[in-house]
Amino acid sequence: MALLEVKNLRVEFPTRRGTLLAIDDVSFDIDEGEVLGVVGESGAGKSLTGASIIGLLEPPGRIAAGQIRLEGKRIDHLPYEEMRRIRGKKIGAIFQDPLTSLNPLYTIGRQLVETIGVHTELDDAAARKRAVELLSEVGIPAAERRIDSYPHEFSGGMRQRVVIALALCANPLLIIADEPTTALDVSIQAQIITLLKKLCREHKTAVMLITHDMGVIAETADRVAVMYAGRIAEIGPVRDVIKAPRHPYTEGLMGAIPMVGHDVERLTQIEGAMPRLTEIPAGCSFNPRCPKVFDRCRKERPELIQVGSTSHAACWQFAKEASGA
Amino acid sequence: MSKNPLGVVQPLSLLNRILDSDIFYSFSRSPVTVLSAIVTAVFFIAAAFAPWVAPHNPFDPATLELMDAFTPPAWEADGSTKFLLGTDDQGRDVFSTIIFGSRVSLIVGFSAVMFSAVLGVGLGLLAGYIGGWLETMVMRMADVQLTIPAILVALMIDGVARILVPVHLRDVMAIYVLILAIGISDWPRYARVTRGAALVERNKEYVSAARVIGVHPIKIMLGHVLPNVMGPVLVLATIGLALAIITEATLSFLGVGVPPTQPSLGTLIRVGNNFLFSGEYWITLFPSLALVILVLAVNLLGDWLRDALNPKLR
Amino acid sequence: MPKNSKKAAQADAMLEVRNLAKYFDVSKPWLARMIERLPRQILRAVDGVSFEIRRGQTFSLVGESGCGKSTVANLVVGLHNPTRGVIAFDGIDVAEARSRVESAALRRRWQMIFQDPYASLNPRWRVRDIVAEPIRVFGLVASREEQNAKVGRLLTQVGLSPADGEKYPHEFSGGQRQRISIARALSSNPEFLVCDEPTSALDVSVQAQILNLMKDMQKDFGLTYLFISHNLAVVYHLSDKIGVMYLGRLCEVAAAKDLFRRPRHPYTRLLLETIPDLEMTGRQREPVAGEVPNPIDPPSGCAFHPRCPFANKRCKSEVPLPIDRTGHMVACHAAEEGRLPATQFSAPAQAAAS
Repeated sequence: MALLEVKNLRVEFPTRRGTLLAIDDVSFDIDEGEVLGVVGESGAGKSLTGASIIGLLEPPGRIAAGQIRLEGKRIDHLPYEEMRRIRGKKIGAIFQDPLTSLNPLYTIGRQLVETIGVHTELDDAAARKRAVELLSEVGIPAAERRIDSYPHEFSGGMRQRVVIALALCANPLLIIADEPTTALDVSIQAQIITLLKKLCREHKTAVMLITHDMGVIAETADRVAVMYAGRIAEIGPVRDVIKAPRHPYTEGLMGAIPMVGHDVERLTQIEGAMPRLTEIPAGCSFNPRCPKVFDRCRKERPELIQVGSTSHAACWQFAKEASGA
Repeated sequence: MSKNPLGVVQPLSLLNRILDSDIFYSFSRSPVTVLSAIVTAVFFIAAAFAPWVAPHNPFDPATLELMDAFTPPAWEADGSTKFLLGTDDQGRDVFSTIIFGSRVSLIVGFSAVMFSAVLGVGLGLLAGYIGGWLETMVMRMADVQLTIPAILVALMIDGVARILVPVHLRDVMAIYVLILAIGISDWPRYARVTRGAALVERNKEYVSAARVIGVHPIKIMLGHVLPNVMGPVLVLATIGLALAIITEATLSFLGVGVPPTQPSLGTLIRVGNNFLFSGEYWITLFPSLALVILVLAVNLLGDWLRDALNPKLR
Repeated sequence: MPKNSKKAAQADAMLEVRNLAKYFDVSKPWLARMIERLPRQILRAVDGVSFEIRRGQTFSLVGESGCGKSTVANLVVGLHNPTRGVIAFDGIDVAEARSRVESAALRRRWQMIFQDPYASLNPRWRVRDIVAEPIRVFGLVASREEQNAKVGRLLTQVGLSPADGEKYPHEFSGGQRQRISIARALSSNPEFLVCDEPTSALDVSVQAQILNLMKDMQKDFGLTYLFISHNLAVVYHLSDKIGVMYLGRLCEVAAAKDLFRRPRHPYTRLLLETIPDLEMTGRQREPVAGEVPNPIDPPSGCAFHPRCPFANKRCKSEVPLPIDRTGHMVACHAAEEGRLPATQFSAPAQAAAS
């Protein structure tokens, strides 16, 4: 049984112009200690997926169908109080902007001790000791002194380390990291990624890493799910998806990324743009832009079909009874 | 863009765009706002078309008869439907005086708001965009003036201006002096808001793009920055209209506002006050009610506008 | 007439920047300083930068936050006045162009594209007015019809349609807005384009479209680019020559392939280490510790010394001067003294070398 199971998740936004479907029948699993990357461009629905899992979906958005199971028990549609207990203790979160993730009015020590106190049995003194340990673990120098500093006294990279410490302090089983390095300089990004990998390996914490940056995925993830217009286009081990992408969207995406050492005159251009939620095409949502489109694509929506031994792609090319290309 | 049944895309007319917009949607959803808008519109139209709307012309001495003086409102025993809300001490129909009085109130109110807005927005733009000592000077002037209640400022300017104007021109100039006084009393609010908005816009890249081309700073301020700071200014102006009308009413009530030949709602209230305790309540009550309703409606409209234009609430 | 006597020798140089510096006074207001006894604080955003861009080239400036690359871009187009140094455009010293006519004639020849597609177009103007603004300001066409025709052509060239001129910016996506920005930049027929992180705010597939478009425009119009970015892969793809900046100074300037194959400055090597392994070679990255220091209070001597594995006493006290050998400039004491180990090939460099 996987640690996290998401089955047929469907997230809707009722608006005055009708109901918008933001996440359409998404299913995936995350095993213990595994890093699953969820990659996609803006509007693909990756942040919403993370928000749904952790119970932070902003109304009027709501989970319309599907199940989310943590350790076999359903956590979607839990009442607020119960979800609050799970959040932090079993599922931790790291968001993009370290500046707004920390309360500027309290010292980081107080925020850490408070969080540790809520989720563990430790008393204040023990919690403080644990907080100092955590800060050292995430690489804050002179943690004993710095624990009493305020967030604004830290640089961006240091703040993100504190956020990671906060996420890890209750020893969660799963961390949802939503663009954890996007707001940081490249050299700091590299440091944070290395840190995250190391800590999660040591604490055996699973990570759902949401990002638009394939480079981060390449360095960090074990498996990756590529999302497009609210659906998963391809999912598989990171090496396979990046080096040998199967879904035409993933192919286009990898060709569009400039790479040092690759000398190309022009980058691969996927014509058009990701459809808006109000204008999702029938059949395969990628079909208007797909270079390999054929008839079936326009009419039927493809499920995730197994390709090779480990990957799945939602593309009719791989259906055994494909009606000829 | 809309699609007709043939699938051909047609640009929507301006009216369709307005009716379809989020702002109109929030407007139509709020009954209070719709009611306020109707009331305000009624006042405007009545005031604009006063000579045709009012049943009598209360300021034409030829039509007045002292015999009609102190007639109570129509629903009372001695009332008559000729004078719906009764008459005052000179036989003037109260209903008509309210309509004509609203006209004066609205004219003064509007003009004063225009004056404040132009002065305040202009100074605010300069302060926000150019910065430096100009900004410091303008903002400190605004700060100082804001410590004095607006009515006192208006009173002061009114008083000073009256002394400066020769006696025989006082009545004629009274309205202009009044507009000037109320206008000057309110410019700091516009300046502050505009300066804040201009500061934000100044750092945006579309302003930099214009500077790279070498567009003159005045052109940048008027062509690029001004259209983007108008939102909050509009809200201020709506609420400012209510403020201006009240200020004018207060000044007229105190006897230093409009001349008696062009009474506004404030004047009517003052005049009617004298008769309140002798039983002819209608001469002051109805103009007061009219003033309250007008100001309330304009204020509610301004409230809605502020919420509708606030991007965070959308 | 150009007053630069070296013009003949540098006829090829579209832009030449010598010892450019820009200091910002970020001190607290006078009263606060008096009461709290604080010193003046000067931010040395750009502190002595020299480089040259040849006609038709793409020159990129890379670096992390606080390095001053955006400030250099703003200085070149005239959004800031330099504290020190010379900017010479096509041999003409920009500061010498005093009269409005002279400076307008110069301004016509360059344009700028900005990073944020949402802030770079006036939300209250129609697209056709936005694109036509340079045409109007420089008085390039005689009539309204000609203007509209030109705008229509430009919109088509950047991949939009002439009918899009009637719309407002909020009706377009980020990538489309950048196309509108490019159309505006091209409308005055410039020779030189300064691009300040034009694709950093865009999705990967949109970025590819915009980069391809920029390459096409460069070929079609013979443009010279100054490209600012923090993304090394984009810079690799686009540039002829690259300058690496750190805390207001240039560490290294070299032809693109040279920089990636034989990085000579320790900071350049650090940056190359941070490039993610998209080839999935499984190489282990070794990120260098430390963070970019506060630019208001930079380290003494070589600004990189606190993070540099090769720093010695001289590095702490003396600012390294640029040494230029065969077109590859580096400002590093360790490089000068031969203390740097033979070029470390990082995986991307290895791939570049093959």
